[in-house]
Amino acid sequence: MFIPIAVYFLIFAYAPMAGVVMAFKDFNYRDGIFGSPWNGFQNFEYFFVSGKAWIVTRNTILYNVVFLSLYTVFSIVTAILLSEIQKKFFKRITQTFLFLPYFISWVTVSAFVYNFLNYEYGIVNVLLRQFGLDAVDIYSTSWYWFLLLPFLYVWKWVGYGSILYLAAIVGIDQEIYEAATIDGANRWQKITRITIPLLKPTMIILILLGLGRVMRGEFDMFYQLIGNNGSLMDATDIIDTLVFRSLVNTQDFGMAASVGFYQSILTLIIILTANHLVRRYDKDHALF
Amino acid sequence: MNAKKLNTSPLFSVLAYTIVGILSLITFAPFIVLIAGSFSSESAVLREGYWFWPRDFSFDAYAFIFRYPAEVLSAYRVSIIITVVGTVVGLLVSTMAAYVLYRKEVKYRNALAFFLFFTTLFNGGLAPFYIMITKYLELKNTLGVLILLPMFNVMFILILRSFIRGSIPEPLIESAKIDGAGEYRIFFQMVLPLSKPALASIGLFTALAYWNDWWTAMMFVDKDHLIPLQYMLYKMLSSVNMSSAMAQYAGAIDQPKETFKLAMTVIATGPILLLFPFVQKYFVKGVTIGAVKG
Repeated sequence: MFIPIAVYFLIFAYAPMAGVVMAFKDFNYRDGIFGSPWNGFQNFEYFFVSGKAWIVTRNTILYNVVFLSLYTVFSIVTAILLSEIQKKFFKRITQTFLFLPYFISWVTVSAFVYNFLNYEYGIVNVLLRQFGLDAVDIYSTSWYWFLLLPFLYVWKWVGYGSILYLAAIVGIDQEIYEAATIDGANRWQKITRITIPLLKPTMIILILLGLGRVMRGEFDMFYQLIGNNGSLMDATDIIDTLVFRSLVNTQDFGMAASVGFYQSILTLIIILTANHLVRRYDKDHALF
Repeated sequence: MNAKKLNTSPLFSVLAYTIVGILSLITFAPFIVLIAGSFSSESAVLREGYWFWPRDFSFDAYAFIFRYPAEVLSAYRVSIIITVVGTVVGLLVSTMAAYVLYRKEVKYRNALAFFLFFTTLFNGGLAPFYIMITKYLELKNTLGVLILLPMFNVMFILILRSFIRGSIPEPLIESAKIDGAGEYRIFFQMVLPLSKPALASIGLFTALAYWNDWWTAMMFVDKDHLIPLQYMLYKMLSSVNMSSAMAQYAGAIDQPKETFKLAMTVIATGPILLLFPFVQKYFVKGVTIGAVKG
């Protein structure tokens, strides 16, 4: 019963791994991955010499670390607040609203963003004009996106994250809180001394999983929101969008393969390091 | 429960209600603006911009889309086919794998689990993957590629395994075996029915992934009749002259462009928004199963 899935993963996951040799080849479609001639580190050379490597690596890591931290903080805070709410009806409605963005694609989100922010008809600019202020051209000003992208990330995922943490909070033994009440602890003390420490295992696992995605962060989001907008490129280009563009727009297979290889190696290093650190700190919480 | 009531601190509760209320309004607002915009008249939007309720209520954008519905209906058909087929097959194969990983008798089950898990740690990168699919497997422009690529999620398989472990004790399987049931009979008559709650939630997650997938189509499909809804939406949002078929009729002067985009978004997202209240609890269950421990 394991055969179907084994075959699938061999074909779609393991076979392409052999294709990493492409990174060291002068690839042409006719000769294929294994028939094309070798060219050593030439593919890497351009990537590193052009300065692209630094820009995309920095963007990828910075954005994703910011995303992960904000996501964790917001999810936990929202979960704690939700756990305080007693009114069933209110809880149901708000949770539904918070969870809703999880269900739509980034394609739809990009329509939302256009709706709110485009220069001529966007709701933000309509408001600004009503107050007699100047409209802002968000689609060609890169620093807005440093704020906007993390905001959208949190907007889309916080409902999901808060459910994860809420499940962990609900699992906490009520007697601990009762004992704390008897000892005279107030609400704030219960949250900081009981809830948050007991959420730690969940936090560690989720952050560890999140770290695994730091190098492969949110291609969907970046591509749908920014696409090929040249004026935002330096501020928003990540490894995945660079690979995608070299593959689809410029058909530069060698470049795409070498950058992809670089990314895979970095991912592996990050995960192994993080896992190792967690392991040293507490064996039970490590992924493997 | 009583202790909890005694416990409430009014100030904190007010704070919690207010903040949660505001957050949920922020997450909900874009949906309102989208729907309001799609029911606005084009000229009003061009004059005054989008707003939280329709400006000059009108069905023009929808009427425009459904004047020549062939393209939209074809995209709907593709999306529905890949979602249904992919979810059913993916779920069955995932559960079979999860069942193997759960059975203690399987000697190498940890190695097998790692065989799956490793693919999330390391991969060949997009370029070799692309070449593999197009050149060696010749899957470009097939329905198969749309169904196969989003089919599995290793995390889901591991979640299914923990669910089976938690809800079906090994002795139950042993006794069925003693009674003469074969592996397949045990799987289909015991494991599958007993895993229904997990199947429902993981199935919904898989279905959602299929419904929202635009990437596979963008990479591997360029035939009009194979384009799923989300990719069609992407193409329409990103191109000024809309898609090829629409462009033929675009000579019409009263062609709504701005509101058209929003109406298209509503049409592509609509089914999810309509189903959402009914299936939400299964999603929450799925998230929770995963949270208990993967």
